[in-house]
Amino acid sequence: MVEEIASTADGNIILNLGPQHPATHGVLHLVITINGETIQKVEPHLGYIHRSIEKMCESLTYRQFIYVTSRMDYLSSHINNHACALCVEKGLQIEIPSRSQVIRVLMDELTRIASHELWWGAMAMDLGAFTPFFHAFREREAINDIMEETCGARLTMNYMVPGGVMQDIHPNFQRRVKEFITLFKSKVSEYNELVTGNIIFQNRMKGVGNLSAADAISFGCTGPTARGSGVSCDIRKLYPYEIYEKLDFEEILESDGDSFARYMVRVREMSQSISIIEQLIDNIPEGDFQAKTKAVLKLPKGEFYQRVETARGDFGVYIVSEGGTTPYRIKYRSPGFSNLSALDHMARGSKLGDLVAMMGTLDLVIPDIDR
Amino acid sequence: MWSFSKISKLIDSWLSVNFSSTWTMVIEMVIAGIAVITLFALLGLVLVLMERRVAAWIQIRLGPNRVGPGGMLQSLADTLKLLVKEGMTPDGADKFLFNLAPFIAMIVAMLLMAPIAFASNFQLWDLNIGVLYVTAISSLMVISILMAGWASNNKYSLMGAMRSGAQIVSYELSAGLSIMSIVVLSGSLNLNEIIQSQADGWWLFKGHIPVVIAFIIFIIAVTAETNRAPFDLAEAESELTAGFHTEYSGMKFALFFLAEYINVFIVCAIGATLFLGGWMPFHIGHWQAFNHVMDFIPSSIWFFGKTFFLIFLIMWFRWTFPRLRIDQLLDLEWKYLLPISMFNILLITLMAILGWHF
Repeated sequence: MVEEIASTADGNIILNLGPQHPATHGVLHLVITINGETIQKVEPHLGYIHRSIEKMCESLTYRQFIYVTSRMDYLSSHINNHACALCVEKGLQIEIPSRSQVIRVLMDELTRIASHELWWGAMAMDLGAFTPFFHAFREREAINDIMEETCGARLTMNYMVPGGVMQDIHPNFQRRVKEFITLFKSKVSEYNELVTGNIIFQNRMKGVGNLSAADAISFGCTGPTARGSGVSCDIRKLYPYEIYEKLDFEEILESDGDSFARYMVRVREMSQSISIIEQLIDNIPEGDFQAKTKAVLKLPKGEFYQRVETARGDFGVYIVSEGGTTPYRIKYRSPGFSNLSALDHMARGSKLGDLVAMMGTLDLVIPDIDR
Repeated sequence: MWSFSKISKLIDSWLSVNFSSTWTMVIEMVIAGIAVITLFALLGLVLVLMERRVAAWIQIRLGPNRVGPGGMLQSLADTLKLLVKEGMTPDGADKFLFNLAPFIAMIVAMLLMAPIAFASNFQLWDLNIGVLYVTAISSLMVISILMAGWASNNKYSLMGAMRSGAQIVSYELSAGLSIMSIVVLSGSLNLNEIIQSQADGWWLFKGHIPVVIAFIIFIIAVTAETNRAPFDLAEAESELTAGFHTEYSGMKFALFFLAEYINVFIVCAIGATLFLGGWMPFHIGHWQAFNHVMDFIPSSIWFFGKTFFLIFLIMWFRWTFPRLRIDQLLDLEWKYLLPISMFNILLITLMAILGWHF
């Protein structure tokens, strides 16, 4: 005898999406109340990959704790490391050589492209198209190879240290980055033909997952998620760090606030990152790649905060120092957590298939949400 | 011209010399049954390999290339793995229906094999209402999917089955109307007579634009009917993990998997028979020399060539398009395909009455 399927009093079905589900890209657990195919409520449950990274960082020195942050948002590990390094440098009040500043920005932008590539492939996969994933990985692998040469790692780079970068760039770096730019530019039209211009894709994306600018602000959304709703929030423009204020790039804004707007923001951001790389790749100044720092770093007593723009949004590092060699307290502000909180608001009233598409456009990385 | 009919006639004459007429019929039926099952297994293996090769080609990778020469034995190895796996039945499931569903899927697929003409004079059952039989039997497929989805006692399975039910029932209408348009033109429900009517040119070329429209609608509708992407809402792995067969494992899953591929083969074979002349070689009007050269290619090669071309088309869809949403899927059928095919069949009827085709 078939048992009765668990349902609420008003006849809605409660569906557990995850923690093992192909659409959640990790161990996100969504408890969804559905009426047929229509979503009534989405309740994200976290905690499946909590490693208490913030607590771990309190027992690590200012040189060591940066390496842990690569394991948070693993798709933009360079940028996480960058934020931590900047925060420590702010506390130490040291100036870093301009060569290392340029290298850092180059690495950040390459990471941003690699992250958006993966998102693009996974997004299409959420909508049931498998081929774009492999096409995106062709370009992403080229970036990973560049990273491997210079940093020695392909995912958790640990390349940025307080005072600069860990080692100088590989002699092949400039040549291979230029090769990558040529490759990427020749493939952009393929992206548009395969996914962006596809009528089924546009029908799936346009007009669903609406998030108004006011809601985006009140949910604390940042990054491409908020910029898709027309909220200007690019930290690189608003609170420039390193050499971003000298660079010529535009902040991508879309006004529609639907899934397609968020999609377009990310696709267009890739081209902006390419233009930043093009501006810098031939102008890497000579000099040291690392400033002279003491062997044991000690931050003065006080509070330090640094925010950067990761591929997903506003990432912040908050360090409280008691004057010792380890932080007294560390708090990370991760963009994914706030972006996820808008999911319930966006998804109500839409179909189950659209929920998966919306999660795709939020670009969730679960270890970043759940530290 | 070499054809299978010589072999079948040879076997028939040999049997009727050596056995009484009753035994001849029994033995012939057994041979036909074994032939169908062999073809069934063989097609499953070939189509799975073909799908993976096509996918790999589209996705700039290699695909299976380790087991056997060029990966040819990969699907055989996969079948072996599925055979030795445990066929689990969940605790909460309706055990009878749960275990029955995959067999219904198989039986439906096997029954559909009967009226298809694989080559000139090579057909299991020359049925005078072949087209009607195919449309009627293929509707039974939805029963196995609904049964599997309901009996699994799993929410994902149930949703997949409900989606599939709505989808198959809707798309059958426009598929049926497209098939009807050829019946109107050829004036027969017998698949063999439909093929014969295309001796001087395939309907796709003889029937002007309305038949081309009917063909396009047919391809879209059968893609939906066989639950293939972009209409694979019944499975929708990114939404419903695996849809109606989430709870199935081992050989029971393999039966569903096999039935899907056989169904793809059958709908493509029907499409090739109706629109592309089945085993009929490519003929141009009364150009005798050209027609004669074309006749030298065996009829079975013509049939399988056309069928596999259509299968390739459907695989190409799967690896290119994203999936539709359930309401868009039903909109497409009820708001666009059905009205168009209704109008189209009126046009074709007019064409057939006035003799406006070649």
